[in-house]
Amino acid sequence: MSGNGDILRVDGLTMRFGGIIAVNELSFAAERGKITALIGPNGAGKTTVFNCITGFYRPSAGEISLTHPGGESFRLDKLNDFRITKIAKVARTFQNIRLFAGMTALENLMVAQHNKLMLASGLTFLGLIGAPSWRAAEKQAIERATFWLERIGLKDRADDAAGNLPYGDQRRLEIARAMCTDPVLLCLDEPAAGLNARESAALSELLLSIRDDHATSVLLIEHDMSVVMEISDAIVVLDYGVKIAEGTPQQIRDDQRVIAAYLGVEDEEVEAVEQELGL
Amino acid sequence: MAKIAHAAAATAAKPGVDVGFIFKKALISALVALVLFSLMIGVRTEAGPEGQLIYWTRFGDLAGMVGAVFVGSIVVELLRRWWGPVDTPRLMPEGARKTLSVAGRAVAPILLIFTILVPVIFYDQRYILDLGILVLTYVMLGWGLNIVVGLAGLLDLGYVAFYAVGAYSYALLATNFGLSFWICLPLAGILAAFWGVLLGFPVLRLRGDYLAIVTLAFGEIIRLVIINWQSLTGGPNGISGIPRPTLFGIPLVAGENGLAAKLGIAFSPSQRLVFLFYLILALALLTNWATIRLRRLPIGRAWEALREDEVACRALGINTTTTKLTAFATGAMFGGFAGAFFATRQGFISPESFTFQESALVLAIVVLGGMGSQLGVALAALTLIGGFELFRGLDQFRMLVFGLSMVLLMVWRPRGLIGHRAPTVFLERNQAISSDLVKEGHG
Repeated sequence: MSGNGDILRVDGLTMRFGGIIAVNELSFAAERGKITALIGPNGAGKTTVFNCITGFYRPSAGEISLTHPGGESFRLDKLNDFRITKIAKVARTFQNIRLFAGMTALENLMVAQHNKLMLASGLTFLGLIGAPSWRAAEKQAIERATFWLERIGLKDRADDAAGNLPYGDQRRLEIARAMCTDPVLLCLDEPAAGLNARESAALSELLLSIRDDHATSVLLIEHDMSVVMEISDAIVVLDYGVKIAEGTPQQIRDDQRVIAAYLGVEDEEVEAVEQELGL
Repeated sequence: MAKIAHAAAATAAKPGVDVGFIFKKALISALVALVLFSLMIGVRTEAGPEGQLIYWTRFGDLAGMVGAVFVGSIVVELLRRWWGPVDTPRLMPEGARKTLSVAGRAVAPILLIFTILVPVIFYDQRYILDLGILVLTYVMLGWGLNIVVGLAGLLDLGYVAFYAVGAYSYALLATNFGLSFWICLPLAGILAAFWGVLLGFPVLRLRGDYLAIVTLAFGEIIRLVIINWQSLTGGPNGISGIPRPTLFGIPLVAGENGLAAKLGIAFSPSQRLVFLFYLILALALLTNWATIRLRRLPIGRAWEALREDEVACRALGINTTTTKLTAFATGAMFGGFAGAFFATRQGFISPESFTFQESALVLAIVVLGGMGSQLGVALAALTLIGGFELFRGLDQFRMLVFGLSMVLLMVWRPRGLIGHRAPTVFLERNQAISSDLVKEGHG
């Protein structure tokens, strides 16, 4: 592997819900400055892994550690949900879009800069008296939001309610909102779901630019293989909560177990695969 | 039924006046009225002197009623098209609509100027001044609760608890330690905010109905504690002899030291009322100013974001715990201010003033006004409290008429008087957001 090092390491991650093991002894790493995709058939446990990484679930066992470019390390399995974004700088989007529908696109991006603005407003007190330092910080935040609106081509809809935007625009706005929290790792849960071919291409371009221009590593769950194969630097394949393959897009494309997981296999092959997996 | 719906859909599709549809609808209403009223009004029966049934017909009255329903139906349908939802075709001419929209924007300033002038216009009318003070107290309470319910979307049914904490804080501090109103006012606010945080902690994980029940219980707990802690609060007897507020130490009384004597004018009892009026006006405007200010600060945006989607808030690194607690505390603080004012106005407080009915009334003001809208809450307080007084002449029908008008208002405007949301920041266009998109919060 290149000298960048890993930004995210998942070690022996297990997540149980009652008797169901959604994720079993999963270990993988995501390299800094790369786009890592997490793929697998429906119900493979991809979103559960995401929820563990972003603190929405507390893992039953295992370690998740994140290393900042400065060398600072965070144990994500020990941090509270909002602190993962606030301190460890991991941002996420959701499979079913979760924008603030009744707020404008611009307001959505302002809310994302909450922690920075909260400090700038002197925990509200400086803001209440309208201190110049607060005004400057607010102006800066609006500029930053405008930059991202321009970047996703929604500047002329900045003052429209987020819930009124077309589906594809909402997807991009959610990514822009996540980017406004200044993340080092951006976790996207099916960003291309429901997009048409043209929108998917625009999304690929956006994600590549996030990786290259904004020094943000990307972890991606996606079913749209054209997007995955085009932009991913590395792919991890999950099936029934177990990692069945890991590698570059080319390696994954040719992997027999991956093909079997997606397309099914002949009966006699099942035993062979199971033996190989130690099931 | 299906036919009517179909006809309605057809009219909605093509803009302009559909005389036929309106006429048909009115005719159907009149027919229903005829069937209903022919027995209720058309024929009058009574027991005769020997117990036999005597009856006589009143076809004139019946015709009058049916005619009224017919005309009323046409009027209602026309009104609905003028002021109805966005997608219904507009019958009102463009010019008139523009005038209305200009008038709409002028409502708030005109209302404010009128309120400031009330003591000047009605200087000698004690009743009007008292009513004005009452309305303003509820405007302030409504604005305070609006922070919790309207902005943060946390359904609070026990808001009166903070009103009570504020009132008792001032009453106890003033009667026991002789502290002045102006020192007690911030203390009452701080104490109420403290209780707001105390309520906030146990309900952090609760949502919707569950949150409502716990806050309801909290309001009752505070009231019951006040009733039963006789040694401190005087129990059901309340606290009397609460000092009146002073204008920076100058009391508003007759005699040497009073404000009137110092200014060299004749004393009048109205002076104290006018002073109280401007005091509560100032307090209410402070609440309004703070809310408008807070909405544009990160904390206010976080409150609204919390109402929209709590999970997304956490994914953006917002500490939802402190955000909820600050909403409770800020709302409670203004409730505490209002409580302190209430105590100093009445001069006497007892637990009877802090029943659940007060919480319900304030919540009704917020919901009726349009959750989150400052102007809406003010208008709703005026309508509700003023409405109570307006219908006083109707005696026993007062509550009936009042309740009916509430129901009609909510049918007419389900999202409150002012149903849309104004954005807190904009790039180019400051356009209101339709209420369909704005969430009500789920606790």
